[in-house]
Amino acid sequence: MATEAAESIRNVIIVGSGPAGYTAAIYTARANLNPLVIAGSVTAGGDLMNTTDVENFPGFPEGVMGPDLMEHMRAQADRFGAEIMYEDVASTDLSGDVKTVTLASGTTYRARSIIVSTGSAYRELGLPGEKELSGHGVSWCATCDGFFFRDQEIAVVGGGDSAMEEALFLTKFASKVTVIHRREGLRASKTMADRALADPKIEFLWNSAVDGYEGDGKLSGVKVRNLIDDSVSSLPVTGLFVAIGSDPRVDLVREQLELTAEGNIAVDGRTSKTSLKGVFAAGDVIDPTYRQAITAAGSGCVAAVDVEHYLGSLGATEESGAATAETASV
Amino acid sequence: MSNAKDVTDASFQADVLDNGKPVIVDFWAEWCGPCRMLSPILDQIADEHAEKIDVVKVNVDENPAIAAKYGITSIPAVYVFQGGEHVASSIGAKPKQVIEQEFAEYL
Repeated sequence: MATEAAESIRNVIIVGSGPAGYTAAIYTARANLNPLVIAGSVTAGGDLMNTTDVENFPGFPEGVMGPDLMEHMRAQADRFGAEIMYEDVASTDLSGDVKTVTLASGTTYRARSIIVSTGSAYRELGLPGEKELSGHGVSWCATCDGFFFRDQEIAVVGGGDSAMEEALFLTKFASKVTVIHRREGLRASKTMADRALADPKIEFLWNSAVDGYEGDGKLSGVKVRNLIDDSVSSLPVTGLFVAIGSDPRVDLVREQLELTAEGNIAVDGRTSKTSLKGVFAAGDVIDPTYRQAITAAGSGCVAAVDVEHYLGSLGATEESGAATAETASV
Repeated sequence: MSNAKDVTDASFQADVLDNGKPVIVDFWAEWCGPCRMLSPILDQIADEHAEKIDVVKVNVDENPAIAAKYGITSIPAVYVFQGGEHVASSIGAKPKQVIEQEFAEYL
């Protein structure tokens, strides 16, 4: 049974610690709302922790390393008194005036408002053998695993910015990188696409999809299906990096909040307001389109301001709630 | 910083394969962000299960032979060895509860 945290009702709990979560933390902390950030035990800092150079975040003319950017954001939230816990949320109860968040360790925290900024999770190909070959050739993290493919021929699946970033990064190690993409032409931004198309180590297989894995215990190749004539050929590679997009992480709220057709948390217009009063959402989890560090940060700011207005409308929020703890019903 | 003992290509036999206890081996590198996230979690597991299991780490940059021998192409890769045999593994940074579940029979 979950143990109740021996503490009063907080103003706001932020779930997630990517650019959206930390920006929301900076703003709510500066507004004296004493935010609690549940940052995640191994996911703290979000997707940018697995990137290298971030060249398009304003304010860094020379670029900034993804993990450094996130450390700056964390430190900035910390400076204004945000409380950051490196734990995972096991469940939430978002109904009612007081929301509860229960951690995997069993502790429960309560707050008048919640900001959900849980981001998105990498999509898998879901082909037979994928689980067994993960870590033995099939990878989702070029910066972690590129090193193991020195002078080898490898492939990247996908045609977006992440796929091009991975492919370009992997040319530092691999002798050849084949990009396998379903369409003819890239979805990636022009800068990234031009760079990849011009790279002599990168080849493209257009109108193609990965149909299966080859190799026993260790990847030796992939079956590539041509989507125009349906022919299947074998591409000998020792590594396959999967970058086919990601899905919003909504498991904690799926049964409680309205979702969009794309699977994102539905919010009201340009606000962060979800279908439940006092529950706000920000970042990639609400965004099927832009999904940039800067749009996530902006979205985190929106959520923080919405929370401030919401708590203001409830009245009596200046103190972090000790006097009103008895209103807790659950 | 991790408290786990550094094991090298040279000491792997003695520290891991010839160890009387099951050993959790954390294959990691400086440049691997998820490895840094996982390291304190393995420290906690080491503290809490010190009687049953040893936790060590192998820097794959400095010790490529062992990583190659076990066909490691993704890190963090956490392998369990028992009686000189590789008996279980977990790939990627995962929360403590998940790793404890995956390695339950050795903890």
